[in-house]
Amino acid sequence: MRKEFTITITGEAGQGMQTIGMVLCGLFKNTGCHIFANQDYMSRIRGGNNFFQIRISNTPAYTLRQKFDIVVALDKNSVEIHKHKLAKNGIIIADKKQFKILQDDIFDVPFYDIAKKYGSEIFINSVACGVVLSITGIDFKILEDSLKQAFSDKTTQIIENNIASAKQGYDFTTQEYKQDTYKIVCCRPTKKFLMNGNDAIALGAIKAGCKFYTAYPMTPSTSIMNVIAHFAKNYNIVIEQAEDEIAAINMAIGASFAGVRSMSGTSGGGLALMVEGVSLSGMTETPVVIVDAQRPAPATGFPTRTEQADLNFVLHSGHGEFARAIFTPGTIEQAFYLTIKAFDIAEKYQIPVFIMTDQHLADSYRDVILDPNSMITKRHIIGKDESEGVNSYKRYTLTENGISPRAIPSWIKGVIYVDSDEHTEEGHITEDAEIRNRMVEKRFYKKMKGLMQEVQSPETYNEDAEIILVGFGSTYGVLKEACENFKEKSLGFLHLSQVWPFPSSGVISVLMKAKTIVNVENNAGSQLGNLLFSQTGIKPDASILKFDGRPFDVDYLMEKLEKLWSKKTS
Amino acid sequence: MEQKDFLSSDSPTWCPGCGNFGVLTALKKAIVNINKEPKDILLVSGIGQAAKLPHYIKCNCFNGLHGRALPVAVAAKIANHKLTVIVTTGDGDCYGEGGNHLLHNIRRNVDITVIVHNNQIYGLTKGQASPTTDIGYVTQFQPQGVFEEPLHPVSMAISLGCGFVARGYSADTKHLSWLIGEAIRYKGFSLVDVLQPCVVFNKKNTYQWYSEKAYKLEPSYDSSDKVLALQKADEWDNKIPLGIIYKKQKQTFEEKTGLYNLPPLIEQDIENIDITIALEEFK
Repeated sequence: MRKEFTITITGEAGQGMQTIGMVLCGLFKNTGCHIFANQDYMSRIRGGNNFFQIRISNTPAYTLRQKFDIVVALDKNSVEIHKHKLAKNGIIIADKKQFKILQDDIFDVPFYDIAKKYGSEIFINSVACGVVLSITGIDFKILEDSLKQAFSDKTTQIIENNIASAKQGYDFTTQEYKQDTYKIVCCRPTKKFLMNGNDAIALGAIKAGCKFYTAYPMTPSTSIMNVIAHFAKNYNIVIEQAEDEIAAINMAIGASFAGVRSMSGTSGGGLALMVEGVSLSGMTETPVVIVDAQRPAPATGFPTRTEQADLNFVLHSGHGEFARAIFTPGTIEQAFYLTIKAFDIAEKYQIPVFIMTDQHLADSYRDVILDPNSMITKRHIIGKDESEGVNSYKRYTLTENGISPRAIPSWIKGVIYVDSDEHTEEGHITEDAEIRNRMVEKRFYKKMKGLMQEVQSPETYNEDAEIILVGFGSTYGVLKEACENFKEKSLGFLHLSQVWPFPSSGVISVLMKAKTIVNVENNAGSQLGNLLFSQTGIKPDASILKFDGRPFDVDYLMEKLEKLWSKKTS
Repeated sequence: MEQKDFLSSDSPTWCPGCGNFGVLTALKKAIVNINKEPKDILLVSGIGQAAKLPHYIKCNCFNGLHGRALPVAVAAKIANHKLTVIVTTGDGDCYGEGGNHLLHNIRRNVDITVIVHNNQIYGLTKGQASPTTDIGYVTQFQPQGVFEEPLHPVSMAISLGCGFVARGYSADTKHLSWLIGEAIRYKGFSLVDVLQPCVVFNKKNTYQWYSEKAYKLEPSYDSSDKVLALQKADEWDNKIPLGIIYKKQKQTFEEKTGLYNLPPLIEQDIENIDITIALEEFK
């Protein structure tokens, strides 16, 4: 049986919800619990209302719940904003004196008095950690270690004050709060990692041998560049903050042409600037990996919120016709493994490869197990030793499979011509009609044919079910948990972690058997549903679309499914 | 190396008498003099007539997008710092479409050389004004004459802190070739602005017009004096100075990032990367 609850830490931007949230996540993970955590933040540096939601469960958690069991409110507004989301038997924890709150059903903790006793209001975070820890019945020693780790870059005095504040919050709660509704039964701790989708993409890129990363900062892609920057020295990676996204993609292409694996990341607005570079990669046959961490659009949209509405854009980005691959990881594990695969496919086929994620996957944390050694990195270039014998080289030699052996400048004796104009096999500009035909066939038909052979199969659950939910990218978790929860209905799902080339045969074989097909997407245009129809002729029977900038949660999806069925039967 | 080692199979498609030929001749001479093999030189260009130049020399060539030569060139240099990277670009490509990249690559200071064929007109799109077209010049698209202030690339580059700024003239290939050679030898971002007549569309800034005004800086000219350099850079209407207008050694991107202390990025083994240590931080 699943035993779980959801904790939300909420307050103004700048109050450090993320720090406290991450300390708690690490702590719960180390007690052997499974966690799913997500940040909801506004596009501002201070003020507003942010919250960090942690779901703690004794079985793996993949998505959010709608109701909160424990709300730790660090400011007055948070109480008002979140009280209607409180689950049955849920508790709100706040400093009633500090915020002059009269409401009765609040567990009153003198956060500010305790924090000030140790010198500053900034310690309210640690007090909060102590409070939550006591409520969940975890030994204080674990928190002490976590705080030491979290503040390892601070002075001994600061660390001690944090620990003392936490201890007082812990002791206060142990004395005042007598219920044991939220006591955690510790499982056996395992050696799991705690990371979010962007961490996984960054680590995947490092493992795949990315040596050059360049980007213009844009939420929610920015943390990919931060994580790569953090490890850049250890792995001899050059990172550069580009002047704009146009520069970023052209730099990634330049580095790739010279011989290294390179990558850039952005969101839809930045990708809008990059599209000429996408086309350049297609024409010059220079591999490049691009992350599109989607956020609601058009234009600047909702900078810190989530949406899956760039699918049509990424499918068609770049003018003209050329091969590409688009991966849409649904979990943190997939984000890691598919990033490695993206580099491999980009280099093998000498094409642009996209990794589409979104704010929800980018910023949500889970406990995961990754095996970096399960993926073998193999280069698809003329190696250095082999290069010594290459003299007269043609960059665009016409071959059966459309792939020309790729040489690295200065390694071969000959020279390499690459051109964005239509070109001959040698790489010189041409206007010859017959060469044009053969080059288009090479870049488009032949490469697509090859790519189709190695497409990532969709993942299915309960595939013989009467009703099949179809989704891509970050909705994986919500599809999975909805299917697991709805025991009374014959419900399964099909999740695509690669949408281009579209894995038609795998999709058709599953959907042919389904009585009802429902596509579930974080967009308004049913973009995956339309792609499914255009590629297979299968039309979903219904769509569940959410485009308010917030991710799905399992309760929301189940509610929508119930409505769908009641409509059908009525 | 000799001139014949750099002979391309592709021949120029420029108009007869085009100023680009002089730049091509000068660049070829300069490349022979730096004593590198064709395989160790990379010519990068964007779009425009000047951008076709890399096809006419046997060296590695990346002919990319309009205005985007600089990002490609600097990143190729970062990936393999043993390459000699030269950009051939035009006034529209470098000062118009790619203006932002010029600003920021002067700041970035990667060791590349940028040669701008500045004919003060858009040739390939048939005669519109460029960012450097003189005020009053009438075109089909500017029938009342250009009224916007032209960009002054030399003074702009000096003001931005570019460590090597020179101006050459495509009719004086000997002098231009020397300038390009010095620019390539300079460690850091170097800019050579070349006066280059468009014999079809620019009826004002002709060979005669440039020849009457252009003069070479005296050997005694102190190119390290920034105030003097800015004064020289401002000369235009009656006399146009040619030579190394400003030169100052600065720390390069490669030096700041420690790239020179490592084998080129392209030579690093990527097949056996162990990320166990990085993963430890997520435990």
